[in-house]
Amino acid sequence: MSTRTRPRAHPDDGTTTFREALREGLREALASDDRVFLMGEDVGRYGGCFGVSLGLLEEFGPDRVRDTPLSESAFVGAGIGAALAGMRPVVEIMTVNFSLLALDQILNNAATLRHMSGGQLGVPLVIRMTTGAGRQLAAQHSHSLEGWYAHIPGLRVLAPATIDDARHLLSAALTDPDPVLLFEHGSLYNAAGTLDPAVHEVDLDRAAVRRAGDDVTVVAYGGCVPKALEAAEELAGAGISAEVVDLRSLRPLDDATIVGSVRRTHRAVVVDEGWRSGSLSAEIESRICEQVFFDLDAPVERVCSAEVPIPYARRLEEAALPQPAGIVAAARRAVS
Amino acid sequence: MATAQGDTSARTSQTKRPRRARGPATPALSPAAAHDLDLLRQMLLIRRFEERCVELYSAAAIRGFVHLYIGEEAVAVGVHQTLSEQDAVVSTYREHGHALARGVPPEAVMAEMYGKATGCSHGRGGSMHLFDAGRRFYGGNAIVGGGLPLAAGLALADRMRGDSRVTCCFFGDGAFAEGEFHETANLAALWGLPVLFVCENNLYAMGTALAREHAQTDLAMRAASYGMAAWAVDGMDVHAVEKAARGAVESIRAGNGPHFLEMRTYRFRAHSMYDPDRYRPKDEIEEWKKHDPVTGLAEGMRKAGFLDTDAQEALGHEVMEAIDRAVRAAEQAPEEPTEDLLLHVTGRHEEVPS
Ligand SMILES: Cc1ncc(C[n+]2csc(CCOP(=O)(O)OP(=O)(O)O)c2C)c(N)n1
Ligand SMILES: [Mg+2]
Repeated sequence: MSTRTRPRAHPDDGTTTFREALREGLREALASDDRVFLMGEDVGRYGGCFGVSLGLLEEFGPDRVRDTPLSESAFVGAGIGAALAGMRPVVEIMTVNFSLLALDQILNNAATLRHMSGGQLGVPLVIRMTTGAGRQLAAQHSHSLEGWYAHIPGLRVLAPATIDDARHLLSAALTDPDPVLLFEHGSLYNAAGTLDPAVHEVDLDRAAVRRAGDDVTVVAYGGCVPKALEAAEELAGAGISAEVVDLRSLRPLDDATIVGSVRRTHRAVVVDEGWRSGSLSAEIESRICEQVFFDLDAPVERVCSAEVPIPYARRLEEAALPQPAGIVAAARRAVS
Repeated sequence: MATAQGDTSARTSQTKRPRRARGPATPALSPAAAHDLDLLRQMLLIRRFEERCVELYSAAAIRGFVHLYIGEEAVAVGVHQTLSEQDAVVSTYREHGHALARGVPPEAVMAEMYGKATGCSHGRGGSMHLFDAGRRFYGGNAIVGGGLPLAAGLALADRMRGDSRVTCCFFGDGAFAEGEFHETANLAALWGLPVLFVCENNLYAMGTALAREHAQTDLAMRAASYGMAAWAVDGMDVHAVEKAARGAVESIRAGNGPHFLEMRTYRFRAHSMYDPDRYRPKDEIEEWKKHDPVTGLAEGMRKAGFLDTDAQEALGHEVMEAIDRAVRAAEQAPEEPTEDLLLHVTGRHEEVPS
């Protein structure tokens, strides 16, 4: 069993990247439990389409780091079957956009088998996928559909935003007796930072306060957390103290942390890269209104993607996505 | 045909005399020589276009995922010789060559890569989503296998209306593993739909070699099991491609249902500009480069006396000029203003409140 807490690439100073932290989490999982195996398109010889699993094939062999054909429904379904039979598969789908080819397996099997079998069966499966836009990959490679998945009972849905979470979320996910979906925002892979040596695990049930503040609560997750933090910094310059809550878990939602913060700040901005209509942001706004309506000093603000398939052209793409400036403007409206 | 765009067009009409080098008048070309010159022009246009894309991508003038067609030019060009403007084409994300061979002007393709309003998808699609409804070029699909069912539907519409049109669908060896392919193959064969399945077997699906993605690597044989005519073709030989496609298209038009061609080809470049290409032996790439479809055709033409040095140089020049023009036009073209962001979401203007 590996006890290393730092990726190998930077043994000395603890600096790493989001990508390497994910890889280290995978390495630890593979090393510590022989029931764990990784499978997906190009996870082995290619090293993962975004390089997350680079080197793992060489380390763990083709049986446990399995390249699959382009057959999302088949290999996700096979992951479900293997989980039923006692394995702990980690399935990688290159991006959430392609997960739609496996949606039937995820929803109709993974999420429902426990219930339909009256509790006899469980599917302890982890599915990792890239999500999000910002790299001019156009509509079929840029969508943020994690909110859809967060709609489904029976699934746990996670979205790491920090290097520590990237490092430790997987081992926590693997202890879950039910299917866990892990959404990795494509813009985060190269994010560099330092692992906190004091952190050895993350609490999947709790959202994290990434920055404390008193005037307004900014709720974000995944790729929008850095944007929310950037906005908070700018707001601080203008004398507005923003608290940034990183959801970390999109299902279940940690209502206590969200509404606890809003109860203090009396104002909320919800940031979501999903489209606004019927989005996760709508759910969060509802919960705030249901639970702390009388503590609010202003309507809840939302900053979401524009209701358009994500366009290729750079400026259009930027305009379609939540940006720090939009978060700042929403926070200013809330406090005004 | 409507697609002709003067000399910049990849698709030169058969009736137009190919241009020769300026200078002393040369004797008229035989039909065979003229046709070969036309093939060479189209293949060279694709090759040089793709090479320019490499430069432009490195200079960050074009972005996103860019998948090059270098090495596979004979497939697009050979197949397109046999399609009419009434036929339909469905493609993949590796579709610059398909679009150019279809006659989408290089200006419109290049502008699309630049994300400009003059692009063939108004800058909304980029490299992976080239569309041209007027030329019945139905994209540009970045979901592997995603175009296959559409092809069946296009063909179904033709069949129901009694048109003798063919829908040609390009896809890769990787796509052959998707349920989309198998479901569509069965449907098309069951209903006798006029689909030409063109599987571009370049031996890799991203980093995964054919034998590591398919238990049975004889794709034509497997396609035949659905009850359609299917055979493998040397995809590095444009004449072989054209001949096979012509036979298949004629048979489809005659009402014999879908046909499947496994084009054995190879991409000389990495999967995409993003790919470090760590999974293929270098000597394998060099071996395939010996079968370069562009130089292969040129050599054959020289041997047959269809091409001399002057003519070849003139052709190279003409193609480069066309690409330079396309780049210049793309650079100068306007971007769509961000106020127009919500256009083209539904057929009704501004249907969705934002
Ligand atoms: C459904 C789906 N899964 C995965 C991908 C990622 N991907 C893009 S191209 C590709 C390889 C496809 O190979 P092939 O069909 O042989 O076409 P080629 O790229 O070789 O032309 C993969 C895995 C995708 N775009 N869509
Ligand atoms: Mg291929």
